[in-house]
Amino acid sequence: MANVGVFICHCGVNIASKVDVKRVVDTLKRMPEVGFAHEYKFMCSSPGQELIRKAIRDSKINRVVVAACSPRMHLPTFQTALATEGLNPYLVSMANIREQCSWVTDDPEKATQKAIDLVARQIKRVVHQDPLDDINVPMTKAALVIGGGIAGIQAALDIADGNRKVILVEKSPSIGGRMAQLDETFPTLDCSQCILTPKMVEAAQHPNIEIRVNSEVKKVDGYVGNFEVTVERKATYVDAQKCIGCSICQEKCPVKIVPDEFNAGLGTRAAIAIPFPQAVPAVPVIDPDYCRKLTEDKCGVCAKVCPAEAVVFDDAPMRDTINVGAIVVATGYREMDPGIYTEYGGRKFPDVITGLQFERLVSSTGPTGGDLKRPSDGKVPKTVVFVQCVGSRDESKAHAYCSGICCMYTAKHTMLYKHHVPDGQAYVSYIDVRAPGKTYEEFVRRAIEEEDVRYLRGRVAKIRRLQNGQYRVYTEDTLVGRAVHIDADMVVLASAVEPQKDAVGLAQMLGIAYDADGFYTEAHPKLKPVETASAGVFLAGACQGPKDIPASVQQGSAAASKVLSLFAKDTLIKSPQIAVVDPTACTGCLTCSYVCHYAAIEEKEFGKRQVAEIIPGKCQGCGACVATCKGKAITLAGFSDDEIYEEIVSCK
Amino acid sequence: MQIDKEPKILAILCKWCSYAGADLAGTSRFAYPANVRIIQVPCSGRVDPVMIFKAFVEGYDGVMVSGCHPGDCHYGTGNYHARRRMAVARRLLQFVGVHPERMHFTWISAAEGKKFAEVCGQFTDKLKMLSGSEKTLARKELAT
Repeated sequence: MANVGVFICHCGVNIASKVDVKRVVDTLKRMPEVGFAHEYKFMCSSPGQELIRKAIRDSKINRVVVAACSPRMHLPTFQTALATEGLNPYLVSMANIREQCSWVTDDPEKATQKAIDLVARQIKRVVHQDPLDDINVPMTKAALVIGGGIAGIQAALDIADGNRKVILVEKSPSIGGRMAQLDETFPTLDCSQCILTPKMVEAAQHPNIEIRVNSEVKKVDGYVGNFEVTVERKATYVDAQKCIGCSICQEKCPVKIVPDEFNAGLGTRAAIAIPFPQAVPAVPVIDPDYCRKLTEDKCGVCAKVCPAEAVVFDDAPMRDTINVGAIVVATGYREMDPGIYTEYGGRKFPDVITGLQFERLVSSTGPTGGDLKRPSDGKVPKTVVFVQCVGSRDESKAHAYCSGICCMYTAKHTMLYKHHVPDGQAYVSYIDVRAPGKTYEEFVRRAIEEEDVRYLRGRVAKIRRLQNGQYRVYTEDTLVGRAVHIDADMVVLASAVEPQKDAVGLAQMLGIAYDADGFYTEAHPKLKPVETASAGVFLAGACQGPKDIPASVQQGSAAASKVLSLFAKDTLIKSPQIAVVDPTACTGCLTCSYVCHYAAIEEKEFGKRQVAEIIPGKCQGCGACVATCKGKAITLAGFSDDEIYEEIVSCK
Repeated sequence: MQIDKEPKILAILCKWCSYAGADLAGTSRFAYPANVRIIQVPCSGRVDPVMIFKAFVEGYDGVMVSGCHPGDCHYGTGNYHARRRMAVARRLLQFVGVHPERMHFTWISAAEGKKFAEVCGQFTDKLKMLSGSEKTLARKELAT
């Protein structure tokens, strides 16, 4: 016989200011199922949980309903309270009288009525709930890291140092990501390559890390602890095992017109090339769109000069499946194409470049070897205007969000510029300067005060190309309230941070949520910053939102610590809320197996006939088979027909 | 049925997207009609048309089923199964004499708290119209 204990939470005033809690308790006490009813200010607090434990001991209740906030918030809290008293944790149900009632209902009378109704349904429901035992499943204690930028490298290194195997999958021919493209970093002006390359090499040499470059994730099956991931390696036409990285092929290749991605489109490279001098691995890749051997079956010089015979023209994409227990997504960001800002001449005027292109122009590994020259005529720019918020904070044209890193990298750019051209003048057109990090504000002040950079508050209206090759930048100075124009030799647009083009496709493969802009959504914005709605999938770096290097590294380490604590357990505890077939009722039509997304339903012999059987380790508890079964032979534990139909009672 | 009576709505929401969206409506304090009752299911694919019929038998004026947006289902394809099933359920409703507009199938993500509150409000308004003059509305729809 069910003896239900009912506990109504005030949640401070969050519930009690709208709902007459005392009336709820008095009304529900009269229900025959209820053996104990009580109210308390904060049920989630220790004394609140003690109330439940005491009622289990003294009043011999054997089912519990807590009317409080959303079960998404505190159901595990109360399940634990039951478990500590030896009561099965699945014998508690929550009535969501905060999110679904007090917070969304204006009239206190209606709110109280609704609260009574909501709790009454859960009392009816909890009577039908059965005790369930957690399922233990074995797990693969290896991790997959998607993306070899600084966040992914950090996550991989930390997991590998924790003595777990890591497979690091990177789309491009080298790890290093955006950070490898940067010249110096704010706010210390550390050389980006100098601090990054040791980490790249460490990752490459770590016995627990397997780096797979030129590879992409194509399919993700399974669940936390037991993911099956299909990874495809693109055809690179170079045998990485044989290649010694001498780069003779790159020097001898006659096709030197391939736009250089590493230099953000500035300059060209050969059709067979190592992406940049410090690349890890230092193995070249042939671009099949430009290679004369692959397009016209001519040339083949690289194969002839290669001392290691590493060039293989008949290479083809290769897929294989890897088994991992956890996945860290660190796919990073891309810079927005400023072409939509036609008034700025982005992608049209050769000397109107993006922040990343400026970064390459001042880099010693860049297209000019570190001499700052205009892309159009090679002259040293004596006046440069830096335009902030191009695509950020501009809902009408691109994105509502702030890209976060541009204020700081623009301040850095002005300093780098002054270090290259000491007699030059830098202007910055800004809306607000956002510099909240440690020593960030001081860094911006240094640019303004020591480098004499002129900061003009206002948005640039138009950029016009003049006869003399200069660019007239029409802007305003809202602090003095007048329109101004500057004749500049070069303009740098701080183009917005955007998610990768294929971000949504990967999110759908992984079953993780993403926001309207395409950035991945964390499980809780404050308390679960690296977890996702899918157990075992974690986030790191700018794929979750615009982020600078320190924040990306922090998230990389945070995601790694989540992976390691997951792997610290021997087996994985899986929710017992899965589907079960009653073989006596099953007709063996196996329609259920057609709708099962996890191939968890198999045929088995029962007496003299074939029936369906659900593999507990594979079932994820979605219930698609339950709704499909014509004979009602399948029950979903925790969401059975009995439980759900008790909730579909008329509203009072 | 009377026009001024507040319609009763049963909202069957998947745990991953739409139930979280309803939670967000609460956290954001987007008020919606008090006669909405929410049931959590793991996935919209779990929704059996019998649940919808039971709701009408119990006296609900409208039933809303919501899952994750296409492509975003936590279980891969559950919302597609739901979409097909609900299309059939709607025809069956019509056959037994319940106006098919009394069932509303939609997608609400965990980030769409505002949408949840708006859908509840709009559905309530529609049900009020239906309760008043189901036939008039049907005629209007035929005319357009």
